[in-house]
This record gives sequence, C-alpha cells and structure tokens, in this order.
Amino acid sequence: MPVKNKKLARGVSLVGAGMSKFGSFPEKSSRDLFVEAFQVMSNSVDKEFDPQRIEYVCIGNFSSDLFEGQSHTAPIMADAVGLVPKAAVRVEDACASSGVALRQGILGIASGLYDIVLVGGIEMMTKLPTSEVTDTLAAAGDVLYEIPVGFTFPGFYAAMASAYMDRYGAAPEDLMQVALKNHNNGALNEKAQFGVTIPDWMEKRKQSAEKKGKPIPEWNDEMDFLHDDRANPMIAWPLRLFDCSPITDGAAAALLVADDIAKEFTDQPLKIIGSGQASDYPLHDRSDLTSIGAAKLAAQEAYQMAGVTAKDIQLAEVHDCFTIAEVIASEDLGFFEPGKGFNQAEKGITTRDGALPINTSGGLKAKGHPVGASGIGQVVEIFKQLRGRAGERQIKGDPKLGLAHNVGATGQTCVVHIFQREE
Amino acid sequence: MSEKEIPFTAYEFQQYLIQGELMASRCVDCQKIYLPVRAICPDCGTSNLEWIKLSGKGKLAAYTSVYIGPSFMNDLGFGRDKPYLTGIVELIEGPRISARLLGLDPENPSEIKIGTPLEFSGIEIGEEDNISPQLAFKAGE
Repeated sequence: MPVKNKKLARGVSLVGAGMSKFGSFPEKSSRDLFVEAFQVMSNSVDKEFDPQRIEYVCIGNFSSDLFEGQSHTAPIMADAVGLVPKAAVRVEDACASSGVALRQGILGIASGLYDIVLVGGIEMMTKLPTSEVTDTLAAAGDVLYEIPVGFTFPGFYAAMASAYMDRYGAAPEDLMQVALKNHNNGALNEKAQFGVTIPDWMEKRKQSAEKKGKPIPEWNDEMDFLHDDRANPMIAWPLRLFDCSPITDGAAAALLVADDIAKEFTDQPLKIIGSGQASDYPLHDRSDLTSIGAAKLAAQEAYQMAGVTAKDIQLAEVHDCFTIAEVIASEDLGFFEPGKGFNQAEKGITTRDGALPINTSGGLKAKGHPVGASGIGQVVEIFKQLRGRAGERQIKGDPKLGLAHNVGATGQTCVVHIFQREE
Repeated sequence: MSEKEIPFTAYEFQQYLIQGELMASRCVDCQKIYLPVRAICPDCGTSNLEWIKLSGKGKLAAYTSVYIGPSFMNDLGFGRDKPYLTGIVELIEGPRISARLLGLDPENPSEIKIGTPLEFSGIEIGEEDNISPQLAFKAGE
C-alpha cells in the first residue's frame, strides 16, 4: 500500500529527555520511577524551564492494571510531577505504548492545541512472579487464536527466527552477535539494567561460583558460554536467555515544544522531522514471516515526511526485544536488504564505531525493557547522541540525524520517529 | 440455525473444533478465505461471508519449541524439562493459523524442516469439568 506524503501542520522540537535507572526496584512503584525520569528530563533542559508551562501529559503504559493493580494511570503520573489539573492521557499499544505516546504528543502540538507537552512511559514489571509476567505479556498477543495454542512472546519471535533462518541461512550464532554488541554498549550506560559485557558477566559467574564453593565453570570464549545450556538456557528455540530482553522496571520522559519556541529551552533542540505509524495483523496472518509490515509502512511514512532516506540515518535505536527483532528491524527500516541484516553486528557495521551504529544505549536487550517506557527510553539515547552528550559511548562523526523504531507485540503496531539537530 | 446464520466468532470456531471440524470464513464476493474467521472481508469490505470446511492439510511455515511457557501449559506438565512445539501452519487453501505441533520432536527442534506436511488434529486439554479444544496439527508418519 503506498503511503501518502503527509506533513505536520506545525513543526515540533525535542528539548529535553531523561530516564530513570532501569532495573528491579521492589521498594518503588511506577510513579516513583516516573518522578525520577521527570527530574532527569527537567535537568536536561539547557535553559531555565518552568514545568508549570506544560499543558498536556501523554503517558505510554502497557499494563499497570495487571502489573500493579492500578488503572487510570495518567492523572496519577501528572499528580506525581505536580501537573494536575493539566490534561493527562494514557496510551496503550503494548511495547510501542510510549513511542505512540510520543506521536500523540507531537500531534497535540502540530494541531495547534498545545505548545508544550510532556510525553513519557512507565512500566513496573517485577512485582509479579516470572510466570505471571509471561501471562501478562501474552495478553498483547491474540488471546483467542495465538495464546491458547501455547505461544509466548519469546515464542513468537522464535517462530520468526525459524522462518528467517530457513529463508536466509542465518544461524543462532549470528543472533548471539547482536547480544554481544548490545551488552558491549550497555556496559557504558549507567542507566542500564544489565550494563555489563558478556565477558564480564562470565567473570562474575565464575567469581560467584568460587565464593559459594561450587565448581567453577569453564568456558573457552563468549560463544562457548552462550552455547552452555545451564548458563544460557533455551527459552523458545532458537532463542536463549541472552537473546531475550529482561523483565524491567523503568520510566522515561521527554519534553516536546512547538518549533517556534524551542530556542527558549535550549540552543540545541532536535527537530522531529519524521513520524510514522502503522498496524498489522497477528503474526500468522501476514504474508511474510521474516519481516514486520507495519515497520516498513511506518518507516516509509516517517522518511517521506522527513525528506530523507535510510542511507541518511547516522544512528538508530531499534526495538530489539529479542536479538532476531534487531535483525528484522534493520531490514524493515531499509538499512540492509532483506536477508542481509543478520551478520551486520559481527561485521562491525552496527557497532558503536561502525558505519551505522544501532542501539548504542545497549538496546532493550542490555538497557532493559520496561515495555511501556521503552519507546521514550530510545528517545533519551537519540537526544544524547545527536547533541554530543553520550559520554563514553558517544559515536564519532558529529551525527545530526537519528531514528527511533518502537514495536508493539509481534509488530501489530510500529512507530518510527526521525530526529534532526539543526545547525 | 443454518450454517449461514452461525456468527463468525471465535466461540463458534471452537464449537466446530470440538466436533472435529476445521472451519474458516470465505468472502462470497471475492472468494478469499479467512482463518481466524472474519465477519467483514478485510479485502473487499463486505459482510457477505460464509463458513467453509477446510481440508485440514497444510505445511509448516514457522515454529518454536517452548521451554518457558504460559501458566496453563505449565499446569499441563510442560516446562524446562518438557518443552512443546507450537508454530504457524499454512493450509493448502491459503490461510495460515497458529497451532500446536504434534508428531515432531520438541527436544530436537533444529531437525524440524519448514515446509513439513501437516494434518489437522484437534486435541483436548484440561481436566474433566473444564476441557477445551486446542488447535493442533500433526506431522505424517
């Protein structure tokens, strides 16, 4: 289906972005994490900023209902950051919730209704035991036709991986390279849940075994470790534990303003020059099981609006809920031809110093995946990288154009945004 | 109720499954076949659909062996030490559907081939008072 070339009626800029620490926080609730993210975001605004100027609050959240027993979450978040009685809305599109919240915030400004909008995302997942987290996430699948036959979220992406490997000759080892790369990046991100390289993780395991007086495991190298059924158990063949993003608590926040007032907030605003969103059928109903149609359409819409192509993008945060998802994303976004994405991490193309760095934050894989907060979490990294403020993991080449790709469920929702730093 | 009057719902699909029939909906106008069943044709937009019985023959399009399953599969005894296969089956009539996979070895998933011929084989899960059908396909001998 061809995408109509759409434009925003009014330009929107990103002038602040921040996230809480991602991890497991039994002593906190999602509102505490949102306060933390909001404070970090406020501090990221370069010039003096009065939060009371915020007119509208748009919060992405998948399931505070099931995870925390709390519905009607948006006004609670607005209250927690001192923004009552401003209008507040919750957006739910599974793991794309806050990417879509970002888009809703953009539309709020583009419509002319608002000038200053707070967008964010929250998810508190670790209060439930793992089996109930699995069941809660499964609710993002089709509960009439997919879940009753035993599909899980790792299972869906594993099935895509089976089709991909069969069609293009990729192997589980190619996927492991994505995990190695993203953990290398996450190790430089102080906000990451698993901010540790896989070799460092192996070392930790050895030390812990030694401390407990247990036999010290021996691995020849990272690949040996990643093939060890005990250290890296199978979750849903061909995906093992280290192919999967973790269960995470976290929040993220970003400040959007109309282009014409952006310089009141910072001399380095990022213009949001492209926004695209599309939906798709459940996995079984798609013509191609090795690609996500909604991602292709969302990307096409965003590229057309921005007037750029995949070749122009200098870094991307893509939705790597599973290693195979990063591979498929990199093809759907047009960075690589279909079937050519699976070995780009190993070839060094998508590493931090490669030609197209992907997931410099560590991605959902290492940074963590608090599902409803992940979309804005990606924006935090783009905000840092395009403004030269990503510290140790700053990519070279003074990047000006970045892309964020956020997927809901198996791809029934996808939302893509393109950000540009003006000279 | 004649077949034409039976609504295109997941409930009715399951009722057919209990009787051992794999049914789909077909658009009377454009002849496209839909499984999961649809009440409105996604292709031409009409509500002029009918139930049809599928042959039950198909082939494997994608699959996985699940080691960490949902609670209801854990309750049936599956888990880390007893994985199960599930996947997507492409029927010869065209549509694809998610289903449990039987007659293949969940312990050796890398040996399973995409394209393996499969045949409809509903199974029942659950206890006496709470039995529900689960859509499954079986590999031939």
